[in-house]
Amino acid sequence: MASLDDLKKRISSVKSTQKITKAMKMVAAAKLRRAQENAEKGRPYSDKMNNIILNLSNGISDIENAPKLLSGTGEDKVHLCVVMTSDRGLCGGFNTNIIKKAKLYFQKILDEGKTLKIITVGTKGYDQLKRLYGDKIIERISFKESKNINYFDADKVGKIVIEKFEKKEFDICAIFYNQFKNVITQIPKEQQIIPLNTSEKEENSSEDNYEFEPEEDEILSNLLPKNISTQIFKAMLENSASEQGSRMSAMDNATRNAGEMVDKLTIEYNRSRQAAITKELIEIISGAESL
Amino acid sequence: MSEEYSVEIVNPEKSFLSKNDVTEVVVPAFEGEIGILKDHISIISFLKPGIIKIFSKSGEESFYVNDGIIEFKDNNLSILTSLILNLKDIDKEKISEIQKSAEEELNKSDINDQEKYLLDQKLEVLKSIN
Repeated sequence: MASLDDLKKRISSVKSTQKITKAMKMVAAAKLRRAQENAEKGRPYSDKMNNIILNLSNGISDIENAPKLLSGTGEDKVHLCVVMTSDRGLCGGFNTNIIKKAKLYFQKILDEGKTLKIITVGTKGYDQLKRLYGDKIIERISFKESKNINYFDADKVGKIVIEKFEKKEFDICAIFYNQFKNVITQIPKEQQIIPLNTSEKEENSSEDNYEFEPEEDEILSNLLPKNISTQIFKAMLENSASEQGSRMSAMDNATRNAGEMVDKLTIEYNRSRQAAITKELIEIISGAESL
Repeated sequence: MSEEYSVEIVNPEKSFLSKNDVTEVVVPAFEGEIGILKDHISIISFLKPGIIKIFSKSGEESFYVNDGIIEFKDNNLSILTSLILNLKDIDKEKISEIQKSAEEELNKSDINDQEKYLLDQKLEVLKSIN
């Protein structure tokens, strides 16, 4: 059995850990509110963008000549995956969930004999993927320096993706991120951004006759790269809200666990102190009796 | 009949402006400025760097935009843009900052004609503001 001193030390160390996790929870809660607001504010833009593109792609008459970003290269050999994770740890299953989802997808692609290329956004994703898929990672991006998520960071990622597409380095591009549902639930998501998934088109097919200026295809070819940045930006916003939510609940759990541990250790401490007192008493009494 | 319609400007971060009492909006479309009045035909177009002017009952407002897309439908005008600044509270430093980066961009050798055209436009507009 541990000595009284040891127990005392352990209790105080658990208590100070608890203080840290509690503080982290508070910080995450404050950041979460902001991130959530941002995610909500960002939605109109991406929704509108999506709508316009759907309307436009409805209007396109010959699919043959449609921009490659919309229709794809017609092949399905090289997949590019953009895995978006956080730059910081201690956020529960947040990163692991994305990576798990991504790994499933990777395995499927490799099993089908296709080529896989990976871009990681955020350092944690790179750390987790480098062992298994290190040779597949062609680029890693981190926005550790930028405090807030801004559109220009997303645009940078978008430009890299488009540049690689124009060089014909891949056929299909998917992004992986966590969708924020609420503080407790974040859903890891996979979303194909090249070629654009227009399957939702059906529900939304409004027979509007738009006037285009300039021509449809010119607008489309201008719009599609923007849409990619927008989608990435949306994913980044969702991700940051999810990260804070996940960290908050992880830290909440940690704080509670630490509390339980302190309780248990305190009971143990009290018991062994009592035991020591009893032992001493017995020694004194039996000493007195033997006289 | 009222001559008013609604306009909404959104940028990636938030919904920047939303108004219901607009009588006319002038936007710098790619092929020239367009003035949009109520009951305009549905139109989609994209913008070049320039000034958006919004005329409403409560007065006139001007904004600088970097790029963007407009969609007009059922008397709703949506403007999507990545960078928008209100000319009323614009600060000179920001302008010269954008101007500088545009100039740098222009000096790069590997830009195509369309990019060059857009950058030239941008500089012209920025100079006129400053």
